[in-house]
Amino acid sequence: MSDALKIIQDPTLTYRQELVALAHLGESTDDTLRYSDAYYEAKKKGALCDLNEGVMPFRPRYICPDYELLFKKGCAFLELDPPKDLLEAVNVLEIFYCHVPSITTYPVYLGDLDKLLEPFVLREDRAYAKKVLRLFLRNIDKVQTDSFVHADIGPEDTVTGRLLLELTEEMQLAVPNITLRYDPERTSDDFALACVKCMLKTAKPSFANHRMFAKEWGEDYAIASCYNGLKIAGGGYTLPRLRLYECSLDAKDPDDFIARELPRHIDLQLEYMDKRVKFIVEESSFFKTNFLVTEGFVKQENFTGMFGVVGLAECCNHLLGITDNKKGFGMNEQATKLGLRIMDAIEKRVSEHVAPYCDAFDHRYRLHAQVGIDTDGMDDSPGTRIPIGAEPTMLEQLEVNEQFHPYFPTGTGDIFKFEETYIKTPEAVLPIIKGSLARGLRYFSGYLENNDVVRVTGYLVKKSEIEKLRQKKQSLNQVTVFGMGAQDGGHALDRRVQHHEESARQ
Amino acid sequence: MRKAPVNKIISFSNVDGPGNRTSIFFQGCPFNCRFCHNPETINLCENCGLCVDKCPARALSRDGDGRVRWDPSLCVQCDSCIRVCPHDASPRVRYMTVEEVLHEIRRAAPYIGGITVSGGECTLQNDFLLELFPLVRQMGKTCLLDSNGSFDFEKDPRILAVSDGVMLDVKAVSPAWHEHLIGAKRDTVLKNLDYLLSVGKLQEVRTVILPGRDEENEVTVRYVAGRIGSACGYKIIRYRPFGVREKYQKELGEFTVEEEYAERYAALARSLGASQAYVV
Repeated sequence: MSDALKIIQDPTLTYRQELVALAHLGESTDDTLRYSDAYYEAKKKGALCDLNEGVMPFRPRYICPDYELLFKKGCAFLELDPPKDLLEAVNVLEIFYCHVPSITTYPVYLGDLDKLLEPFVLREDRAYAKKVLRLFLRNIDKVQTDSFVHADIGPEDTVTGRLLLELTEEMQLAVPNITLRYDPERTSDDFALACVKCMLKTAKPSFANHRMFAKEWGEDYAIASCYNGLKIAGGGYTLPRLRLYECSLDAKDPDDFIARELPRHIDLQLEYMDKRVKFIVEESSFFKTNFLVTEGFVKQENFTGMFGVVGLAECCNHLLGITDNKKGFGMNEQATKLGLRIMDAIEKRVSEHVAPYCDAFDHRYRLHAQVGIDTDGMDDSPGTRIPIGAEPTMLEQLEVNEQFHPYFPTGTGDIFKFEETYIKTPEAVLPIIKGSLARGLRYFSGYLENNDVVRVTGYLVKKSEIEKLRQKKQSLNQVTVFGMGAQDGGHALDRRVQHHEESARQ
Repeated sequence: MRKAPVNKIISFSNVDGPGNRTSIFFQGCPFNCRFCHNPETINLCENCGLCVDKCPARALSRDGDGRVRWDPSLCVQCDSCIRVCPHDASPRVRYMTVEEVLHEIRRAAPYIGGITVSGGECTLQNDFLLELFPLVRQMGKTCLLDSNGSFDFEKDPRILAVSDGVMLDVKAVSPAWHEHLIGAKRDTVLKNLDYLLSVGKLQEVRTVILPGRDEENEVTVRYVAGRIGSACGYKIIRYRPFGVREKYQKELGEFTVEEEYAERYAALARSLGASQAYVV
């Protein structure tokens, strides 16, 4: 059976999902963009992974349009005037979203929704504004059917932010993903607590370390897709990943790895990124003719490449001959220190590389702790995370995370699963988040053990939707299938639960 | 160097006082409650050695003086030792110095609002706490005592002076039922209830609701609610059989108290003015 026939006969694919799969298949028939033999060899070995980005990039991977500009100027190509009231504002956004490309075909950044909509919301009666926002969120969930669709709120408390939290709780939707940009001086405890409550019940929002991101990107940064830090009016060209465990397999020992195998693989990934970025900018039409570019909603110089890594834990454990994850990276000082050495080496080499078309970033790519894909199985844990099943106490896990998160301006994060009693004690969660962000954690996600909406590795799915796929039924959200794979192959939903070890004193 | 027997330290706890707290569980308790869910914390190890051979991970041994030694690095937390212990004790107790306990607290400090000392009965370690608490408070963290009320706080006010509050158990109010259930008289507990209220150091009161003990439950809840009013929280705890010694499970119940049953008592407490009564 041909690949095309397989796609059109798959009972679990929606029409739109078939279309995307067929387009991807069509793209793969071209071989214009070629890499070195060494690159293909490393890819075949599994040491390099292109995240199935497609061989012919016809748009940057992630695009973060300047929605403030849209509201100020309108859009000539889409014949949209600047909105004058709330209804017009959400209508403009809903239309615009449908024309923002990405690797997933859906927009991965919806804007700082609270800031954008607040002036319009404040002019309306609260109940009416809530109704409009409810329909807006429903439109996003049913039209932008992909969990990598991401909206940002904060740092300040706003009426719109509160309404979005209320609706998120009431509607229990997997789309959009939401991030609170948390700043201890600008985000009130009261608003942060409202976010914690919402997070426990719906697995969102996550908490981003606003100060850390703003220092690296300026205030105008977006959190897009899973947890990618990027510049607004810019984005990310490409995101390949070093699978560090596989990179380490031919190394004799840690020193040999750092001296020989690691730089070799870094250079191969840089080769891939350079060629791909040049192709997108020079060959594809996106930066020449797309209205997002010609009307100034994105600027090519605000894009960079995301240099991804996964499997640091397994890499360190392998190099040190540790076979039991519970005695390895994260629990074992020697392994964790090796992890830091490896990250220092990666950071240094990538920062020494002059990257094409990354003008706003001193011509450099930026590191990304990739969140894993369904086919990674148990070989490579996401980014620098401690393997599932080997997590120590939450305190120890945070201490390890805090050492690794600063390396990754284009994103990293960890996820904590809380036992049911935490729903009654959100004030016990907030100090953990505040403490860890103050100590260098970049991004904190959490959810309650028994939720339907859960965070798999970085994206959200509904457990009930995974069940649909298992019964060979379609799931509207095209990410559900990744969730199923990560659950089966990576046991991604079996992470340690933060619970109280004693039941209430008796 | 002063040392105290520590059964366990939990770096993050959401059930031992407000916010996120580090909980320190000391070994040893003067009460012997029939519904105790961790009876292995009641007594100190007598070094009888019965548990040593029962440890499947060989984490237990005897030293030259015949004392039972526990190696935490080998322990798999299977609880075999505490199941065979005839003395309601545990070999998994560390005698820790103030500095050692402080070290654990310092690690958790960025993420917690304070510490709670529990047990066993924490006030058996008052001398230790008198050294520990001022140092913890210097770190800007609060110190709460989780107490069964057996220690007369008024008689020796030093510990209260360095504490931010007490979470007090009032397990029973009727004298005969208290003596049966707890193996001790109730008088000091009730005196403490009034005293702690009067000096503003009562953080919360807890009462375990037992299955089918309508009369005893009601007497206790009525009494406590009438005393505390809205001054502090009142935690109505559903009896759970987990950890309770078998003979007492047979007497008191082998099932967890239904939420609705406990909720009745929380509603009763609220109707009597204890506005912050809630079920856990």
